[in-house]
Amino acid sequence: MKYRLTLAAALLSATFFAGAASAKTFVFCSEGSPEGFDPGLYTAGTTFDASAHPIYNRLLEFKPGTTQPVAALAQSWEISPDGTVYTFKLHPNVKFQTTEFFKPTRTLTADDVIFSIDRMINEKNAWNKYIAGGSWEYAEGMGFPKLIKSIEKVDDLTVKFTLNRAEAPFLADLAMPFASILSKEYADSLEKTGKKEQLNQMPVGTGPFTFVGYQQDAVIRFQKNVDYWGTAPKIDDLIFAITTDAAVRYQKLKAGECHLMPYPNAADVQSMKADKNLKVMDQEGLNIAYLAYNTTKAPFDKPEVRIALNKAINKKAIVDAVFQGMATPAVNPIPPTMWSYSKATKDDTYDLDAAKKMLADAGVKDLSMKVWAMPVSRPYMLNARRAAEIIQDDFAKIGVKVEIVSYEWAEYLKRSKDKDRDGAAIMGWTGDNGDPDNFLDTLLGCDAVGGNNRAQWCNKEFDDLVKKAKVTADQGERTKLYEQAQLIFKKDAPWATIDHSLAVVPMVKGVTGFTQSPLGDFTFESVDIAE
Amino acid sequence: MFGFLLRRLAVLIPTFIGVSIIAFAFIRLLPGDPVELLSGERVMSPERHAQISHDLGMDRPIVIQYFDYLGGIVTGDFGSSIVSKTPILKQFWALFPATVELSFCAIVIAIALGIPAGMIAAIKRGSIFDQGLMGIALVGYSMPIFWWGLLLIILFSGTLQWFPVSGRISLMFFFKPVTGFMLIDSLLSGQKGAFASAISHLALPSIVLATIPLAVIARQTRSAMLEVLSEDYVRTARAKGLSPFRVVGIHALRNAMIPVITTIGLQIGVMLAGAILTETIFSWPGIGKWMVDSVFRRDYPVIQGGLLLIAAIIMFVNLVVDLLYGLINPRIRH
Repeated sequence: MKYRLTLAAALLSATFFAGAASAKTFVFCSEGSPEGFDPGLYTAGTTFDASAHPIYNRLLEFKPGTTQPVAALAQSWEISPDGTVYTFKLHPNVKFQTTEFFKPTRTLTADDVIFSIDRMINEKNAWNKYIAGGSWEYAEGMGFPKLIKSIEKVDDLTVKFTLNRAEAPFLADLAMPFASILSKEYADSLEKTGKKEQLNQMPVGTGPFTFVGYQQDAVIRFQKNVDYWGTAPKIDDLIFAITTDAAVRYQKLKAGECHLMPYPNAADVQSMKADKNLKVMDQEGLNIAYLAYNTTKAPFDKPEVRIALNKAINKKAIVDAVFQGMATPAVNPIPPTMWSYSKATKDDTYDLDAAKKMLADAGVKDLSMKVWAMPVSRPYMLNARRAAEIIQDDFAKIGVKVEIVSYEWAEYLKRSKDKDRDGAAIMGWTGDNGDPDNFLDTLLGCDAVGGNNRAQWCNKEFDDLVKKAKVTADQGERTKLYEQAQLIFKKDAPWATIDHSLAVVPMVKGVTGFTQSPLGDFTFESVDIAE
Repeated sequence: MFGFLLRRLAVLIPTFIGVSIIAFAFIRLLPGDPVELLSGERVMSPERHAQISHDLGMDRPIVIQYFDYLGGIVTGDFGSSIVSKTPILKQFWALFPATVELSFCAIVIAIALGIPAGMIAAIKRGSIFDQGLMGIALVGYSMPIFWWGLLLIILFSGTLQWFPVSGRISLMFFFKPVTGFMLIDSLLSGQKGAFASAISHLALPSIVLATIPLAVIARQTRSAMLEVLSEDYVRTARAKGLSPFRVVGIHALRNAMIPVITTIGLQIGVMLAGAILTETIFSWPGIGKWMVDSVFRRDYPVIQGGLLLIAAIIMFVNLVVDLLYGLINPRIRH
């Protein structure tokens, strides 16, 4: 009996302790395991939240809450008049983290910057293939190997990038997590001891938090970096409790087992808002969901047919049914939070009679088509099947018969970009660097046909504008070019723009200082917990 | 006995090769290209795709890939994850103790509750106890694990807050794993409250994972007991005037246990299947959750390596069970 009582008491105390983390320990119920800790090797936001943001810094970083690149490790920079030479002046006395496994002897220099970027773009670099099967997907995706001609050290605190051509989004690219700056001294020491893989497992950077340990698929622990060159974090310990199921994350938040969680179920948001112990932040995500017609196939090669179909889609119904209102109907191919968003664009209003008439005028009768529905839930489209059903229903009202098709995700990605694909595919995009080029040229440029351009739409006028904007340094000038491009896009209607979803972040009431990132990053540098 | 052992081992080799072929071929029959998934919505160029496929050895004929893979296994190299780039065996050994710990606790609960429940139901055949217990067992057997787990979390963790929601131990405790078994490591750490915390974290997932085996064991025990209780020797034992406890607990139970033990052995495979869902709900860092994550990521080497390692474990358990039978019942050896 006595034993039973002791056990019960112990269980109770454990439960109590489990619920009450110490005052300055911040627990983030993250949604998944990081793939590794070298951000250059990966593309997932989950990985960047656990590596690039707490552990590392970049030459430039996005100003919290915005997509504007601002000075970070580079305290200033100069761009040559032709836009091909970028010279960065580094912040002096930036210390790398001291950990159990590495004690740095020097501060940040140009060598670290050269090491961090060169290994991604130079196949001859000894670190280019330091992990079997590893590849530098983001550097490749942003075109760095072809874009960067050379990186040179001018002096210890000055580094010069020479590009093969002018590229206006280059500064924004450098602010992306993959371009994090690692310690060359640490890499050299690992190379000497034959433990190169450790660079991806036991990271050392200049960021606000020092890596303490990772228990696979369970917990990642960080401590405040006492030598941090920026504003010191307010919390002492940062813990990522990996919790893959959104319903379980919510229960953990309610039980006080974590302070903040990402990606709640849309259906839970109302009860979260009603909970007096929680608060919920939301912001329009930097994303778009769209229905891409194959503009090379009849009858979708005619803009009037595409516009007619667009007029038959009830976006409001999709936003309500799929997102429970936690999204906004999309007008332009870029989200409203992005600079250069065109306010002059008029959306195709939901008008079934007009749609019917336009189809008839275009000579389209008894149209049967396929609508492709993604098999996975993404932040920009939580349930593509449901959205497709609504579209199917809408199109039926104008006499268009829809067959919904879907494939396993990898197969879907592959088949939906096929130039001969039939019908229209639901797809979407989340911005990488906050630059309009990352939407307009990446998804709709002529050279993306057969790839990211799933509408297979190549409009010379549109393409010239976005290509010109890409090499124009002045943001005001670029804004004008992108605004014009959006009007052309809407007139030619290669997509039905569906929605921009809201990013919702629930947290316990006592959390202060958290700023929601339009890019969907979770950073805890300035977060605090009320005592 | 030695000859029996050799015969059993000889059967294991073709079984293992068969499993390796199935694991290797089935994953490749699934639609979906893992290289495509690496970049997601961000389409990679065909050249880049070809380069990565080449680096991963996926552009070679499938038969060559298989024999390369088999060659690797023989030397203990199961390959590396496409996603995390870490060796599979290293990941497996880091996660396996968590699954063993969970499965062990679940089977202990299932046996400790299932056998007495089955016995009571058999002894009180047709009574309200029998019908009640078997009704509960039927519900337990039919329970969708995912739903059951969430229900327990919402009630006991969310509303009543008696147990933590998920994880293996409170985040307050931090120590380097020695054995990988949290119950043991928490004791070794010497940190006050760590062991109790580990137990409280283990409670709900163990109950969820134990539910189906518990129902199966209870039903099996009941039917085995009923059969045995109608045997002549039990009637004789009763006629001799032995106490009901001796008749049921010694004479009947021992004989009824033979099919029950077989059932318990079979439940180990069921446990590993159940662990996949249980671990996913409770964020339990074991091999079940690891496999599920890998399936979604099309991480071929992890899926096939994981399948093979799990199959090897089940084969090993079966071998041990076979050997035990051989020891208990010499007729089986021939």
